[in-house]
Amino acid sequence: MTDMASLMEDRAAAKVISGNLHTPVDWDSPKIARNIKKRYAAERRFKIYGLSAIAIALMALLVLGYSIVSKGYSAFFQTYVQLEIHFDPAEIDPDGTGDPAVIGRANFDSLVKEALRNRFPDVTDRRERRDLYDIVSGGASYDLRERVLDNPSLIGQTRKIWLISGDDFDMLNKGYISADTDEGDRRLNDQEIGWYNALTSDGAVEKQFHTRFFTNGDSREPELAGIWGAAVGSFYTLVVTLLLSFPIGVLAAIYLEEFAPKNRFTTIVEVNINNLAAVPSIVFGLLGLEVYLNVMHLPRSAPVVGGLTLALMTLPTIIIASRAAIKAVPPSIRQAALGLGASPVQTVTHHVLPLAMPGILTGTIIGMAQALGETAPLLMIGMVAFIVDVPGGALDPATVLPVQIYLWADSPERAFVEKTSAAIMVLLGFLILMNGFAVYLRKKFERKW
Amino acid sequence: MKKTLAVAALMSVAFVGAAQARDQIRIVGSSTVFPFATAVAEEFGKTTSFKTPVIESTGSGGGLKLFCAGVGEQHPDITNASRRIKKSEVETCAKNGINEITEVKVGYDGIVLSNSKDAPRLDLTKEQIFLALAKTVPSKDGKSLIDNPYSTWAEIDPSLPDVKIEVLGPPPTSGTRDAFTELVLEEACDSFEAIKAIKDNKDQHGAVCKGVREDGAYVEAGENDNLIVQKLEANHDALGIFGFSFLDQNGDKLQGSLIAGVEPTFEAISAGDYPVSRSLYFYVKNAHVGTIPGIKEYLTEFTSDKAFGGEGYLADRGLIPMDATEREAVRNAALNLAPLSM
Repeated sequence: MTDMASLMEDRAAAKVISGNLHTPVDWDSPKIARNIKKRYAAERRFKIYGLSAIAIALMALLVLGYSIVSKGYSAFFQTYVQLEIHFDPAEIDPDGTGDPAVIGRANFDSLVKEALRNRFPDVTDRRERRDLYDIVSGGASYDLRERVLDNPSLIGQTRKIWLISGDDFDMLNKGYISADTDEGDRRLNDQEIGWYNALTSDGAVEKQFHTRFFTNGDSREPELAGIWGAAVGSFYTLVVTLLLSFPIGVLAAIYLEEFAPKNRFTTIVEVNINNLAAVPSIVFGLLGLEVYLNVMHLPRSAPVVGGLTLALMTLPTIIIASRAAIKAVPPSIRQAALGLGASPVQTVTHHVLPLAMPGILTGTIIGMAQALGETAPLLMIGMVAFIVDVPGGALDPATVLPVQIYLWADSPERAFVEKTSAAIMVLLGFLILMNGFAVYLRKKFERKW
Repeated sequence: MKKTLAVAALMSVAFVGAAQARDQIRIVGSSTVFPFATAVAEEFGKTTSFKTPVIESTGSGGGLKLFCAGVGEQHPDITNASRRIKKSEVETCAKNGINEITEVKVGYDGIVLSNSKDAPRLDLTKEQIFLALAKTVPSKDGKSLIDNPYSTWAEIDPSLPDVKIEVLGPPPTSGTRDAFTELVLEEACDSFEAIKAIKDNKDQHGAVCKGVREDGAYVEAGENDNLIVQKLEANHDALGIFGFSFLDQNGDKLQGSLIAGVEPTFEAISAGDYPVSRSLYFYVKNAHVGTIPGIKEYLTEFTSDKAFGGEGYLADRGLIPMDATEREAVRNAALNLAPLSM
């Protein structure tokens, strides 16, 4: 507004100064100079507004990123405790059969417990022993079993082995539990902290990279919980979504853009598609529940149903993006193809579609990224669930990454706080990858006319 | 041709492991019982040859609705509940052909009102909590009912600190909120003469006793109890309402307010001294036992002393166990699948 006003002022001043058309405008007059200065200032101010908007957005992103990374990076490491394990033949394989089935059934947990008792022989009280056993995670016995199955010659030997620690012990080692607070107020009592200090001074406590976090399914033990199950679930769900929404979306876009007559019916379809893009996702969940579960009787919690539901949600996004991409192909290309005798279908499949593909793919990937981050519709179809087994197919019960984040955020154990942030980092990583891929495709296939 | 092949390959990747008869227990229900049920399920999956059950967190009401929808493998086998099944729900079940349900009591859960360690610990009565949180309260002279005028704790009782009333709690969809309303607000409301006087007017009486103020003193903080814990750490004046297990995990940062002079501790809740505690349950569809493998074994695992016993792994996660005789009774009823009668 002020720009406009000052421009008018300029004109007026110029007119006054010039008087009639024959006398030239005195561009050096103080009045004109003042006006020009004002306009430059407005220009600068406008630039500053834009810059500060970007700065605010970047700050918000930084704060978010910092809070997630600072809370979550420690979840990529896990505390391990070194103990001297005696692979007692009497416990593992009493008859010396060497049969993997026998070894697999052996009670490796008791080996761990024995090692702990040997390390702290003065602990005899039953309650104290229970505390002592908590130093090592319940998952350690599975590690030992794997080791012995891989290398049966271990039986009978005594080895120093790094075992995965329990979650409270891990929190203590990472500094999330402070030894300075009153004994009654923390999860670990003075005796347990004493054990920790004794083990640390032996150099028997260390942090290692936590591969389990990337290879395990969900668990109620924070140290054993991983995101692989959820990642696989997300993969199957997205595959189903893509297989459905991409062909349907692109065909719908081609028809509407290239073949459909302009009448009331297509206008209604068009308005509806635009509306659907703005419908809250939970509504698609309700639709999925009603149609896929109650009418079609597909299995609950299965990625197939999740994918079908999310496909409904991504369809409008893909259709709108594809239509925009098809519209952006210059009409001269169509005219040239038709002029050389190509049929309309040939024109579309040989010329329009390949040229529109980068835009279509970008829209599809953004739609997929949206689907990857969605939880609300999945709640209705039973994918917000505790599932330990990694799904083996699209019909097995599964959960997805954002749901896993939600479930961990809701767990009482403190060690899940860092897992939550770490899982968010993994999800953000996938989203950045997908968006990066979209940018790459656009750059690679982009055509300028 | 190449594209068709690629699509076919993707399809086969996606659809390996076609649907067969369900060989996995399906559990739905309360988010309060969820952390305990999942712990049992994981242990069950590890120590038996059965698959780990799938457990959905749908809330008690939602769980019972799914549970009572019918018999057959598309319906869940077990539902968790942070309250007892209602008569109307039993009737819905019966209408859909579910006549035999086994009720299994899991233990107790305390609901705590807690604040940051850096603030003074509160000692509240249920009446004071009612005056702080109810939408309509008796006026000072006790004659009429007015909109809640209190903005600080000291206005309610001079012995309480002079800080703003700010309570973060669960939304109405939560079972914790139901239990809190029932155990605190509804119990306290009849101790006021003005509310007692309207007892005959059931609708108004119910609305007064259950109504939580909406002027900002009670903040609905969502179902996520960890979020409330984090907010309490940052805001020392605020109080939070959540399950005991979250206080148990965060004892170095938070303290539980005394209610009627009793501190929320493991011992006080299991002895029944702490007034705001409720029972947790799960319900089993008897018709599914035998068709879906592992249900009996799951019951055995859940009702074993190493799970819901005094020193079991569920107690480590914040469940308040029953005493030995009650556990024995629950275990026998569960393993014999004694049907519920109401």
